[in-house]
Amino acid sequence: MDMKATQKKMSLKDRYRHLTRGLDWETTYQPMDVVFPYDKYEGIKVHDWDKWEDPFRLTMDAYWKYQAEKERKLYAILDSFNQSNGHLNVTDARYINAIKIFFTAVPQVEYMAHRGFSIAGRQFRGVGPRVACQMQAIDEIRHAQTQIHTASNYNKYYNGINAFVHQYPRMWYQSVGKSFIDDAITGGPFEWMVAIGFSFEYVLTNLVFVPFVSGAAYNGDVGTMTFGFSAQSDEARHMTLGLECIKFMLEQDPDNLPIVQGWIDKWTWRGTRFLSLIGAMMDYMLPKRVMSWREAWDIYFEQNGGALFRDLARYGIKVPDCVAQAAEAKEHVSHQLWAALYQWNFGTMFHTWIPSPEELDWLSAKYPDTFDKYYRPRWEMWAQMEKEGKRYVNAGGLGANCQVCQFPMIFTEPGDPTKLCHRQTVYKKEKYHFCSDHCQHIFENEPEKYIQSWLPVNQMLQGNMGGGGLEEFFKWVHLRPGIDNMGFEGSEDQRNFAQWRGMATTNS
Amino acid sequence: MPVAAVKEYVGVARDTVANYHGNQILYMCWDGHLMLAAPFSLLVSPEMKFGDVLTGMVAPILQVHPDAAHINWAEARWEKDDEPWTPDPEKSIRDNGLHHKDFLRFSTPGLKGYRGLGI
Amino acid sequence: MSIVFIAFQANEETRPIVDAIVADNPAATVQHSPGLVKIDAEGCLTVKRASIEERIGRPYDLQELNVNLITISGHLDEDDDEFTLAWKD
Repeated sequence: MDMKATQKKMSLKDRYRHLTRGLDWETTYQPMDVVFPYDKYEGIKVHDWDKWEDPFRLTMDAYWKYQAEKERKLYAILDSFNQSNGHLNVTDARYINAIKIFFTAVPQVEYMAHRGFSIAGRQFRGVGPRVACQMQAIDEIRHAQTQIHTASNYNKYYNGINAFVHQYPRMWYQSVGKSFIDDAITGGPFEWMVAIGFSFEYVLTNLVFVPFVSGAAYNGDVGTMTFGFSAQSDEARHMTLGLECIKFMLEQDPDNLPIVQGWIDKWTWRGTRFLSLIGAMMDYMLPKRVMSWREAWDIYFEQNGGALFRDLARYGIKVPDCVAQAAEAKEHVSHQLWAALYQWNFGTMFHTWIPSPEELDWLSAKYPDTFDKYYRPRWEMWAQMEKEGKRYVNAGGLGANCQVCQFPMIFTEPGDPTKLCHRQTVYKKEKYHFCSDHCQHIFENEPEKYIQSWLPVNQMLQGNMGGGGLEEFFKWVHLRPGIDNMGFEGSEDQRNFAQWRGMATTNS
Repeated sequence: MPVAAVKEYVGVARDTVANYHGNQILYMCWDGHLMLAAPFSLLVSPEMKFGDVLTGMVAPILQVHPDAAHINWAEARWEKDDEPWTPDPEKSIRDNGLHHKDFLRFSTPGLKGYRGLGI
Repeated sequence: MSIVFIAFQANEETRPIVDAIVADNPAATVQHSPGLVKIDAEGCLTVKRASIEERIGRPYDLQELNVNLITISGHLDEDDDEFTLAWKD
């Protein structure tokens, strides 16, 4: 290399140190514990905040510069995608239902993540984490915004995503994601960092933003590909922050280990359950598939998460117990989810369908040990019913919700995929029900928190969803039965897409 | 374990029986019939006869399943709190000892689901 | 040894970066998936500023990686010259 004309004045490490050290002061008018009242009550002991090191060492000037560049690129692509009616180039209009699920749930969760990091950024007394949380708070609101901007173009043409803000706290299945992020944000700042920074960002977001978004690219959805990868580029920083936070806590004091382990156990399972939805989207809703949910789970959870846990073993961290159940469940959850969404489709804002014969064969090949034995017969039965004009609807069987993850209890017993799993406990003379041992343990660790869960079916039965019946629910949740939901075949979306694509490819 | 908090933390249970206007929740799961994706929730009056719950509320939910027409309720086997349990169809929900949010599993001998696969 | 990885958006800006990484990390394997390119390596993987500069013919700041980065795995150590991912087990 030639000699550079100018020498950099300070190294990256020095610049970062100047940003995050010596910026603040020990308060004198009020004790530090009064100024920062929330970073000790969880029991995490910190002796030296200066030991916090953000490995990305991103300084403010660099942060603004590169984020601005990402935004310019993203919106240039998005504008061009929208301007050229790129939505008509997706493989098949069925695909759009997958991103309806994404657009109605994820931006809300991102927005709450923005709030959570703003709160944590105020609560930590160390400057290193404060700066990192501040950047992440800005990232998270950027994700919400770019997702909503991408969705808005789809909303011009397709049903189901017009009322997403109204529906977020009302739509029954949305309570899964909402309860996840609300549970995290109501913890303290350190639990928040483990929940979102570590368990979710490091162990799980790869599953959403890498194989699923690559799937979006495969299906011609340049808009989703662009915001998805742009968001995930921030996640790379968030993951390192989550991992740094874990290391920091474990290195600061040996008493922190059991607390951190408890949070890792809890949030690994909370995230695993939440992400089952992505499994159904990947296996059933993408017309062209990059990989199956099980394959994605192998790479991003077992291989990548496994490496992480092996690495953390030197601090005494153990692999959470729930990982064994998750390893078995990866063969089942996407099928169980899609079967549930199909039979309760009258209450959602997207369409469902029965997999085509080719798709059934793909699923058999990807799930040789489970699909033909347990799941294919369901689809064959329901296909026959559809053929006879008796599309299967489970209208009366409102599923019992798990008190913790809030999924209807659709998951089967570990070791027995023919039996629905159910656990129960009594707390203060009241009975509570769970989908799994792990959700039950989470409840039993903090019962006063989870007795407050807003369980959609129970709310309906209390008469709090516009009345008590389904018709009232539809009005209350702003859902148009038969237009926003039920079979894709014959839907307005299907007709419009076929007509518009016809206009785009022929002159008649 | 208590919730870690800066002051005393007391939650308010959201689903106590008082919120159900004189009714209560009864959960049921039909074992061996996974066509129904999850256990279902019934809103019942404590005065209702258990047999009326079966014929008036449960049967309409199950009727989508081809096995439903062949159910003989007298032969059904019940489980409550993981123990065998025997209901009296002539007695009320209350007199059967059923409380708010009780969870019943039942199986129907001889009925093995779609193609005998437990579906 | 555990696998570390780094993934980029598959575009013209990242092509020389991927080439540089492959040249500097002979054990690395490259996987292409729609829209992205993922590089796996056992234990450790290093991105070198000088190798990228050689290929693009201009000064390069390693933090520019952020623009096209999709994801990483492993502990990160970054300075002005190198961006290294490693597992310590």
